[in-house]
Amino acid sequence: MSIQTNDTIKPLKLSGLEPLVITPEANFVNVGERTNVTGSARFKRLILEEQYDTALEVALDQVRGGAQILDVNMDEGMLDGKAAMVKFLNLIASEPEIARIPIMIDSSKWEIIEAGLQCVQGKGVVNSISLKEGEEPFIYQANKIRQYGAAVVVMAFDEDGQADTYERRIEICKRSYDLLVDKVGFAREDIIFDPNIFPVATGIDEHNNYAVDFFEATKWIKANLPGAKVSGGVSNVSFSFRGNNVVREAMHSAFLYHGIKAGMDMGIVNAGMIEVYDEIPKDLLEHVEDVLLNRRDDATERLLAFAEKVKGKGKVKVEDTAWREGTVEERLKHALVKGIIDYIEEDTEEARQNYDKPLHVIEGPLMDGMNVVGDLFGAGKMFLPQVVKSARVMKKSVAYLIPFLEEEKKRSGNTASSKGKILLATVKGDVHDIGKNIVGVVLACNNYDIVDLGVMVPAEKILDEAEKQGADIIGLSGLITPSLDEMVNVAAEMERRGMDKPLLIGGATTSRVHTAVKIAPKFTGTVIHVLDASKSVGVASDLLGSKKDALVESVREEYEAVREAHANKQSEKEHVSLAVAKANKAAINWDDYEVPVPKQQGITVFEDVSLAELRNYIDWTPFFSTWMLKGKYPRIFENPTVGKEARKLYDEANAMIDQVIADGSLTARAVVGLFPANAEGEDVQLENGTKFHFLRQQGKKGKGVPNLSLSDFVAPKATGKQDYMGGFAVSIFGAKEIAEKFEKDHDDYSSIMIKAVADRFAEALAEMMHEKVRKELWGYATSESFDNESLIKEKYQGIRPAPGYPACPDHTEKPTLFDLLEAEKHIGIKLTESNAMYPASSVSGFYFAHPESKYFGLGKIYKDQVADYAQRKGMTVEEVEQWMAPNLGY
Amino acid sequence: MNKLIDIAQQRILVLDGAMGTMIQRYKLEEEDFRNDDLKDHSESLKGNNDLLSITRPDVIREIHAAYFAAGADIAETNTFSSTTIAQADYKLEHLAYELNYQSAKIAREVADEFTAKEPQKPRFVAGSIGPTNRTASLSPDVNDPGYRAVTFDELKVAYREQVRGLLDGGSDVLLVETVFDTLNAKAALMAIDEECQERGVTVPIMVSGTITDASGRTLSGQTAEAFLISISHMPLLSVGLNCALGASQLRPYLQTLSDHSDFLVSAHPNAGLPNEFGEYDQTATEMAAEVEEYLKANLVNILGGCCGTTPDHISAIAAVASKYQPRQLNVLQN
Repeated sequence: MSIQTNDTIKPLKLSGLEPLVITPEANFVNVGERTNVTGSARFKRLILEEQYDTALEVALDQVRGGAQILDVNMDEGMLDGKAAMVKFLNLIASEPEIARIPIMIDSSKWEIIEAGLQCVQGKGVVNSISLKEGEEPFIYQANKIRQYGAAVVVMAFDEDGQADTYERRIEICKRSYDLLVDKVGFAREDIIFDPNIFPVATGIDEHNNYAVDFFEATKWIKANLPGAKVSGGVSNVSFSFRGNNVVREAMHSAFLYHGIKAGMDMGIVNAGMIEVYDEIPKDLLEHVEDVLLNRRDDATERLLAFAEKVKGKGKVKVEDTAWREGTVEERLKHALVKGIIDYIEEDTEEARQNYDKPLHVIEGPLMDGMNVVGDLFGAGKMFLPQVVKSARVMKKSVAYLIPFLEEEKKRSGNTASSKGKILLATVKGDVHDIGKNIVGVVLACNNYDIVDLGVMVPAEKILDEAEKQGADIIGLSGLITPSLDEMVNVAAEMERRGMDKPLLIGGATTSRVHTAVKIAPKFTGTVIHVLDASKSVGVASDLLGSKKDALVESVREEYEAVREAHANKQSEKEHVSLAVAKANKAAINWDDYEVPVPKQQGITVFEDVSLAELRNYIDWTPFFSTWMLKGKYPRIFENPTVGKEARKLYDEANAMIDQVIADGSLTARAVVGLFPANAEGEDVQLENGTKFHFLRQQGKKGKGVPNLSLSDFVAPKATGKQDYMGGFAVSIFGAKEIAEKFEKDHDDYSSIMIKAVADRFAEALAEMMHEKVRKELWGYATSESFDNESLIKEKYQGIRPAPGYPACPDHTEKPTLFDLLEAEKHIGIKLTESNAMYPASSVSGFYFAHPESKYFGLGKIYKDQVADYAQRKGMTVEEVEQWMAPNLGY
Repeated sequence: MNKLIDIAQQRILVLDGAMGTMIQRYKLEEEDFRNDDLKDHSESLKGNNDLLSITRPDVIREIHAAYFAAGADIAETNTFSSTTIAQADYKLEHLAYELNYQSAKIAREVADEFTAKEPQKPRFVAGSIGPTNRTASLSPDVNDPGYRAVTFDELKVAYREQVRGLLDGGSDVLLVETVFDTLNAKAALMAIDEECQERGVTVPIMVSGTITDASGRTLSGQTAEAFLISISHMPLLSVGLNCALGASQLRPYLQTLSDHSDFLVSAHPNAGLPNEFGEYDQTATEMAAEVEEYLKANLVNILGGCCGTTPDHISAIAAVASKYQPRQLNVLQN
């Protein structure tokens, strides 16, 4: 044996879900003993009757009562001890409040010990091995325990039997220790001796010194076997006083007091059966200590006599039940968050009576509680095994309500067949299903037929089953990141099969953005991201009801917007130098491009455009958003909440339009110009000397995605081809005067209305002019024919980006444009100092005709381009930075 | 082991980066995952990246070389899922040994080529042992918490076969990584111990756990310190953390390990947190800056990258690591 001083010994470290580090300073470690079929008649009965739920409560009581390690023993002749050990330990593993502490696997059978070791992820303790069968099995078992990663309790027991004297105790412990350290290579700090606590005051004289021998052996072990710990089963000592808890508790407490002084590190005790040493009545303590310390020959008789006087009930278990005082909603929430299943049925029943309908209990307090759980999980204040427990409480409560839900359905005559069939599955590669199960429950409660395929379901099976069972909706769930790809795969498979069932996406890693950008484009059918269970009912009922088209269309538009926003955001994440960006310009094949020559070059002025004609070009959707009404024209009229209001606004706006057309109080004027031009870098040089300065995207692009500049859409000078670009400015005059009149009459509503109408007219005029340019003035699209909706969706060739907007955010190009068009002279639009247009209902912009020209967002630009741009424009860098502030990437 | 631990005392060792991220760049198709033996295999094999060690060894070789060239000291074999249990998804259980053997062999050859070129910087091969897709201490069925989809012994048998392949193929060290259920890791450690006892050899073991979310726990619910305690019964070369989080989110848990570990400490974080698409977009420079915080605090001995990292990341990490001293061991190992 190698000699080592105590100070190089590491502390004994154990773990459950949390660490337990036993340092020399740690006073005493409490091992809970009630989950032991040999020690607790109640626990034995529970296990034999397979009442594992209640058996788990026994364990929980131990933890709440202060146990730091949990002793589990299933040694019972009537029991398959191995199976019971495995089952109980597996159940404990899913109870985080219990699994928090290390497990002591307690058995006299190696087979049961090994089965137990295979169930605990933490570092537990084996209780126990000994030299009873000789050295060979002892070494074999110790080596296995080392490999499994547990500490070990060694009983003072050898081939000759259990040690019952001081000498035998120290002899066996030393022999065991040397074998463990030298032969097995067991960590010294992981060795715990149980030098046998035997009953005292039995009436047999040889037993009188048992406690003293234990204390002495403990002292010797601690002094001579470095690192080794001492433990023992404390309640044994008071065995003679069964039935007299007052005396037993005093004996346990006094035994521990002296044991700990001798160096005892831990003990198997009923945490609820210990009196505080200082609170033991002095006379009782004296009698007890006389026995334990073997201080007088008549100690046993004296204690027995004294015991008769103090018979009592002992300590009463106190449980924290303060939470039971709250309202039923508070209690349900508490039970869900803490995962307490004990009162869930009575609380659910109480809630059921308080609420109109059983379903309201689910949608109300239960969902509220689960939302709290979700928030705590998101904030890292709960972890997965706890959340699983909460889900179980939720399920139990819902299960209780189901018969009432059925009854309710019958009573309300709502026995009508299900509202539709919804198939749910957690995708292949993922085992998480809490969220999916909740969704299933909530939907089922709302009269949907649920087909739940479970977890790890391959795409093929999901879609086969969906077809076979005639599901109306398919719902996919997943928690881990790879599930996102698998969902994309399912969508692609649906497309390949030509399915058209709506696809719902849910689960912790899923997002609206991912669904919009990655999943929805793979499937021409409907794909909707559902944020949580509470949203699932609304989505399902819309999808299977009359609102389907409205929902589908609004989701489609929303996702389109998400995709656009995402594309813009993407481009800002990383950037490249201006040189690299320039090299990655739009790859337009100019050689094969036949430049359309404008039929009408130079400036064309439209003095008084007919408003009656113009009103047909109005895009009404932005009109409603001006009034804070969300929705797309004309479908907005069917919207249950805003439809009526929208219709009223629309009617009034049209009445106002009729009025202004009749009295001629608004005038629409436009000027457009088309000029020979060629690109030079990011500039476009017009033949007449005017030069427009554009900027180039600097975001880092994926393969094959260009860094765009508007100048890319005009043929470069180097091509030798004469290209063209255009400009326009349009305005609606008269709105301000009408508005002022309304304001004078305190009619703010009409004042806003006329301005909104004028704005719509200005946009409509820009649309109309663009069409005129494409079809007539430039004439590159003479045969184009679109309805207004297609125009709004910009399905035509060519673009008309406006200075100050995403593709060309610099407002300082506006004066150049206005000078070129002589806009003020021709139609009377002015620019303010800050380059805003007056009247307010005005639009100006550029024309590009190339079929590959498209709208884009410039995104962030960087110092190199700002310097270059300043130089091109003849401005200082500071001036450019001032105007371009929102676009600066530095 | 001595060589590796000696070097680890002198400087910070650099582990390679993500395999999957690199494989994605090759835009491989189903046929890349098949060879003559597998041409009629019933299951789709695309995505079974470990299989490429057999069907496209050129790709795996290139990736190892790219990481070594970027400055990695240690390459992880392409065997994260090469157990019978994980391969069962593809009905390729019978290839488990072969996958491990071939993957280790490829990494060994590339490592030796680099060592021959740069004898002053020897390269090592770490046999990667993943968590499998089943958990020994969690039930996949919320209604039956006592149920287990896999037993300790089943895991041990599967790991033992993996270990045999990895050692036969020439691994210098075994890396039990991405541990989200400590009981799985304990089965792997026992399999390694048994195989080493049978062979009469000592193989250095690295263990790397995964803290899955802001709770600071493993998936199976353990805190970082409890995790460390639960695997400390084996004489490890290193203990560390990888995956799930980016470098800065990992830091507090790495601190815990560093404070309490008697072993070397390793970290191979992801390139930040995934965006809405599960993609990693932290740049090499950004990641190196976060990793530098570990170095300033003297937390680590071995550094590398997990999901989303590339040779660019490893090169940036190697550059910053070379400026710092490794963490000193709490207790010197024998």
